[in-house]
Amino acid sequence: MVSIQGRKKKSVQQWKYMSDNMSDTEEKKVPTRASAMERVQLGLAKRRRKEERFRKLSFSAVILSLSFLVLLFASIISNGWPAFQRTDILLDIHFDSEVLDVDSLVKANYGKLVKQSMRELLPDVTSRHNKREMYRLVSSGASYELQKMVVADPTLIGKTVSLWLPADDLPDMLMKGKINRNLPETERPISDKQIQWIDQLIAQGRLEQHFNTTFFQAGDSREPELAGIRGALTGSMLTLFVTLLLSFPVAVAAAVYLEEFAPKNRWTDLVEVNINNLAAVPSIVFGLLGLAVFLNFFGMPRSSPLVGGVVLSLMTLPTIIIASRASLKAVPPSIREAALGVGASKMQTVFHHVIPLAMPGMMTGTIIGLSQALGETAPLLMIGMVAFIVDIPGSMTDPSTVLPVQIFLWADSPERAFVERTSAAILVLLMFLISMNGLAIYLRRKFEQRW
Amino acid sequence: MNLMNEKGVKGKKMKKTLLIAACMLLASDVWASGRDYVSIVGSSTVYPFATTVAERFGKTSSFKTPKIESTGSGGGMKLFCAGTAIDTPDITNASRRIKKSEYDSCMKNGVKEIVEVKVGYDGIVLANSKKAPRFKLSKKDIYLALARTVPDPKGSKTFVDNPYTTWKEVNASLPDTKIEVMGPPPTSGTRDAFDELAMQGGCKTFPWVKAMKKTDKEQFKAVCQALREDGPYIEAGENDNLIIQKLEANPDSLGIFGFSYLDQNADKIQGSIVDGVEPSFDKISDGSYSISRSLYMYVKKSHVGVVPGLEEYLAEFTSDRAWGEEGYLAEKGLIPMPEEERTQVGKAVNELIPLQM
Repeated sequence: MVSIQGRKKKSVQQWKYMSDNMSDTEEKKVPTRASAMERVQLGLAKRRRKEERFRKLSFSAVILSLSFLVLLFASIISNGWPAFQRTDILLDIHFDSEVLDVDSLVKANYGKLVKQSMRELLPDVTSRHNKREMYRLVSSGASYELQKMVVADPTLIGKTVSLWLPADDLPDMLMKGKINRNLPETERPISDKQIQWIDQLIAQGRLEQHFNTTFFQAGDSREPELAGIRGALTGSMLTLFVTLLLSFPVAVAAAVYLEEFAPKNRWTDLVEVNINNLAAVPSIVFGLLGLAVFLNFFGMPRSSPLVGGVVLSLMTLPTIIIASRASLKAVPPSIREAALGVGASKMQTVFHHVIPLAMPGMMTGTIIGLSQALGETAPLLMIGMVAFIVDIPGSMTDPSTVLPVQIFLWADSPERAFVERTSAAILVLLMFLISMNGLAIYLRRKFEQRW
Repeated sequence: MNLMNEKGVKGKKMKKTLLIAACMLLASDVWASGRDYVSIVGSSTVYPFATTVAERFGKTSSFKTPKIESTGSGGGMKLFCAGTAIDTPDITNASRRIKKSEYDSCMKNGVKEIVEVKVGYDGIVLANSKKAPRFKLSKKDIYLALARTVPDPKGSKTFVDNPYTTWKEVNASLPDTKIEVMGPPPTSGTRDAFDELAMQGGCKTFPWVKAMKKTDKEQFKAVCQALREDGPYIEAGENDNLIIQKLEANPDSLGIFGFSYLDQNADKIQGSIVDGVEPSFDKISDGSYSISRSLYMYVKKSHVGVVPGLEEYLAEFTSDRAWGEEGYLAEKGLIPMPEEERTQVGKAVNELIPLQM
């Protein structure tokens, strides 16, 4: 206390002293002014330096975040790129009528055909152990492909055809340089003999990398070389379709009511606050809600895009409502007044004038909400969409999974070849997202009105 | 005017909600009527094996590919025991045996007949980077390094907070590095098994603690299975690939995971020798590697014959080309049971003998 009072006294004294000085002669004033200017000059340089520092700092923040982005993309692309190539093996398959002589073409032993042609390809392999190692070079998917071919075209039986069939993931990884062949034999998953055979096959031109069409045509698989993204992509599209169908009309209707019709009272305030709160609720909560209401109460099918879409639309509703309300607010009142002035009803005003002008903003909000929904896994965990699903979903009620879940499942697989599939799936997800955001920008540019 | 319009919009919204609700109710009758694919839930440890069988089954038969959710052993049991309705799962996989409490809850909900199928073994390994020397551990070392409380090192028969910070302090023959072990969280079946087999196993090497098992079982379990929370044990989530990456980056640390991950990453990491036995396919199979557990699958008998493909899926799983010594599951890292045990379990599956507890 004492010290504060003391300081106060001192400053008052100083002030008196200064004002005494000021009221003195002109001569004394000039140097004071000059020194003030000097001080400003001095301060100016300091302020400039400060500004310069701040500019550099904020610029480096931008550079830093950009470089993180570049790093992320570079690592994903460099990891994921090889997944678009797959190693195939050229085999001369003889569709032996004896092997295929069973009552059902589906159940015939197609693996035997593959093994036969492998034996012909590498005739000097004789011992049982070595043969097993040799068979491992071909993917188990080869026999499924033969099965599909024969079922589609039974006239193949008895013919010999040269076919490119999928190789196992180990030769694939070796050809892509993911397995270090200089390591001692016990430390790599592929044996010396297998490497020798692979080199032999490469020299014969029977082992080549081709564009991986399977990745875009197949559903999930346990074998990395047979795994594809199409099931998850279809699932994501179906789910988002349900989300869009449900959330857009409901959200727009809610926003229009709240913004244009609702009276301002405690109830609408409460609704507003709750909508804002809902937008911040963690997504897993919506999953629990979905489990309790849609699965247990309504008995909707587990793991289906229908339930996924409904849950995600609950999650995106607040986002779209908030965005829609903001864009409705941005429509100038003069538009409404003009419409009402020429005799339009309130509803006509809203539907003929306000909504069309607010639509670009609403659509942008919707697409942002949907892109958020596209990346969700947590709520889907609760309703059983984190699952292994091979068949590509054909309808809203088929079991299916979505892109981010597929990424999660592959990232957790022990097989090393799934690393590149994971990155490739991330690339597909990013492409999906970028195109959705691109659409949002396009729509905004196209319909946007400036006042 | 204004009021009318408000009513109009409200009415429209009401109609819409009513319509949606009506659709849902209507549809719920439609979709509850049947299911043409097998629905499986359960352990993430059995997941790679179950999915392999499911995929082969789907591709080589005329049935649809079964749907498999990875929910964890406990979560799977909960779903499985929820009832006998057609929308409940047909099979749940588990990396441990069904608990009495779970069995009782099954019974209570009308799931009276459960068929237990033992599918094989899985080893739990402690591994480190190949850049560092291989660890030679005993279960006692593991227990002393990781337990929350350990028997007093001075010799009195009391428990003290774990004082060890380096491996050398635990056992003079071990390297002088900080104890740092990454492993699964408590929700994981792998963790359950690790706590029971490795920790409790190491705990029992103290005779006076072992004696406690008979007098005070609760206390025994509490002190033997609790892992320390002061840093050396790091819960690294359920993603085993992540643990392997971290092991590579930090050669001084150890990781705990299933044998199949060691198998697939043998060029990067090495399994520690436990009680003188190296974790390998053969050693786990013949039972000499001690931290190994059985994997199970539980089948709802009332769904057999109702859900198409269920019996056939079981037949595929228990066929020699799947779970046999040279079957395709062995290639995925499942450690097969000896032949007699396989025939025995296979027979029980064929006759669908329900489990009694």
